[in-house]
Amino acid sequence: MADHSYAHAPRPLGGSLFTPLTLLLGVLAGIAGVILLYRLFYGLGAVTNLNDGYPWGIWIAYDVVVGSAFACGGYAMALLVYIFNKGQYHPLVRPALLASLFGYTLAGASVIFDLGRWWNFWHIFWPGYAQVNSVMFEVAVCISAYIVVMWIEFSPAFLEKWGMKDVRQKLNKVLFFFIALGVLLPSMHQSSLGSLLVIFGEQIHPLWQSGMLLPVIYLMTAILLGFAVVIFEATLSSTGFKRQLETPVLTPLSKVMFGLLAAYVVVRVADLLLRGALGTAFAATWQAFWFWVEMACFVVPLVLLATEQARRSAAKLFVGAVLLMLGGFLLRINGFLVGYMTGEGWHYFPSLAELMVTVGLIAFEILAYIVIVRNYPVLPAAQPVTR
Amino acid sequence: MDRRTFFKASLAGGTALAAGAASCPAQARETHPMPPEAVGLLFDSVLCVGCKACVAACKEANGMPMEFSTKDQYWDTPLDISGKTLNVIKAYRNGKMEAKDREENGFAFIKKSCMHCVDPSCVSACPVSAMKKDAKTGVVTYDKDACIGCRYCVAACPFGVPRFTYDSPTPQISKCQLCIHRHKDGKYAACAEVCPTGATLYGKVSVLREEAQRRLALKPGDKTEFPRGHLRAAEEKALQGAPEGKGEQRRQGWKDDGAQRYPGVAGQYLQHIYGEKEFGGTQMLMLSGVSFQKLGYPDLPPRSDAATSETLQHTLYGGLIAPIAVLGALTFIARRNVKPEDGEGGQNG
Repeated sequence: MADHSYAHAPRPLGGSLFTPLTLLLGVLAGIAGVILLYRLFYGLGAVTNLNDGYPWGIWIAYDVVVGSAFACGGYAMALLVYIFNKGQYHPLVRPALLASLFGYTLAGASVIFDLGRWWNFWHIFWPGYAQVNSVMFEVAVCISAYIVVMWIEFSPAFLEKWGMKDVRQKLNKVLFFFIALGVLLPSMHQSSLGSLLVIFGEQIHPLWQSGMLLPVIYLMTAILLGFAVVIFEATLSSTGFKRQLETPVLTPLSKVMFGLLAAYVVVRVADLLLRGALGTAFAATWQAFWFWVEMACFVVPLVLLATEQARRSAAKLFVGAVLLMLGGFLLRINGFLVGYMTGEGWHYFPSLAELMVTVGLIAFEILAYIVIVRNYPVLPAAQPVTR
Repeated sequence: MDRRTFFKASLAGGTALAAGAASCPAQARETHPMPPEAVGLLFDSVLCVGCKACVAACKEANGMPMEFSTKDQYWDTPLDISGKTLNVIKAYRNGKMEAKDREENGFAFIKKSCMHCVDPSCVSACPVSAMKKDAKTGVVTYDKDACIGCRYCVAACPFGVPRFTYDSPTPQISKCQLCIHRHKDGKYAACAEVCPTGATLYGKVSVLREEAQRRLALKPGDKTEFPRGHLRAAEEKALQGAPEGKGEQRRQGWKDDGAQRYPGVAGQYLQHIYGEKEFGGTQMLMLSGVSFQKLGYPDLPPRSDAATSETLQHTLYGGLIAPIAVLGALTFIARRNVKPEDGEGGQNG
């Protein structure tokens, strides 16, 4: 058993909910809401640039594929703390889980607006309709299940606030099972998000059509992104809420992240070499260009965070984390949009309305995070900054 | 965590993963075979004169709306298949366009509509069984009442066939369903029914393949006969068995099944039946004098992407064996590592 340290047990932050930042976030979320309402009445074509060559736009490629990977902080930390029993990272679990909760819940909710025949969405869970050979089926069921599991995992924070001790105690006895589920489910659907591309076959540029290795590549980067997002969020919320930086706990975390990153780069490059796809990276194409940008986002942190000394620097950790998030973002956008070649004559770039919905969704996530950490016990009760 | 716990955790996880991976060969999913009674179309680009009677007939038979590409909007002028158009004839043009069915300085016509793949990506991709392949006829059908509008089929199809009505608040997928709604009246695909030259033929795939092979065996300029409409097996045999000059017997055949034949001259074909092997086979077969890639059809491997995708899914999730094994291992480990009294996050601060 690890020595879980609860010296920094989570507490509500308190403070005002009405700040220029929260107002701005609220307005952005409101704009997205209006656009989505418009979309329901006038169809996808009225607000998006989707077409039959690019039937999936950023509402899938970013909101779901990237968004859920960015929401893997809770998963990555649960894996580290409860499966690999690294108790020292315990204070990072709950805030990470909260961010994941919103990331996933909003990714799941936003899908409804991307579905053309959204009123039928329940078919995916219904025997007789459900088609188990479909990768989409696996992704949808698994993400939905994970959202429910995360709310259960996170419920102690609410139960504490509401003083429901009985429920909490009962839940605590079986919580380990939900934690296990909370590790299994993201492992399944984060890999399956990569598997979605398998059936696209040669429509995906060779730099991203890794076939049977797609689930491995997407799962490795999802965990990698989970760690990066935890570092990113911990740094931002320390700065934003004027709390002490959590660098002492982030430094060893970044070592784990570094090891996984090194393994990922080896797998990614080996796959390209074995499939003989690397040659296409030297062609004068947009795909090749974005491939190199993507690779740089993974390789630069590998160099940047190579030494223990570097990993003690809050600034380098932050830069490394941001680059990894960008790399994971590009891997997915490249796979689903840049490297999706459906024949000549098709073009897609998101419309302003599409972008505003995605921006509004992110704004809503941040807003909800702020509201919750100010009112519920999420962030460790750290001392104010002593500088 | 101590080394022992780490070792145990890794071992348990590893065993579970290995169990999943070990089931791999048993779960491998081969490309599906052609249903024995499969029906489809044979499109012969060399016989097509580009009249687009099939495009108009398809619209009428399927109740599809007009689509305009000219300013005046006098008549239906679709440029491609779309949410409003299930079938089009496209033109290939090169240089001076001096001769038909020639790649250089030539032109050709090509049909674009659903290929009715033997192992379709759209059916494998669809999460709600809205896309189905009929077990007997092999026709790939779409049920809008089941569809959730996710457009995974649109993205997955290597031929770019399923299309979507983005402009509607109640959108749906549009694709050729081989006029199955007309089958009960003894009718068949409208495009084949109206084709004046028999460039589009309807029939059993086995019969159509024989007809395609017969045409490829002809020398350019050979005198022959071309059927049009619905090609049936018996009729085909009667023709082959009939000695030269027994035209009367053949004409009898037309009356029997409504199929017609007309004398013609064999054109110059590429020795390639597109759809015979591509992607595990398709129920629309095509002949052409111009390379299919030039006509907009991809060069596809014999293995279907559905087979690859489902092999992967079945390996990981077949019988839910691997997920349950991994969950068991994770539950065992989590139970040791989670303090029940503290729960998620802990609060005794």
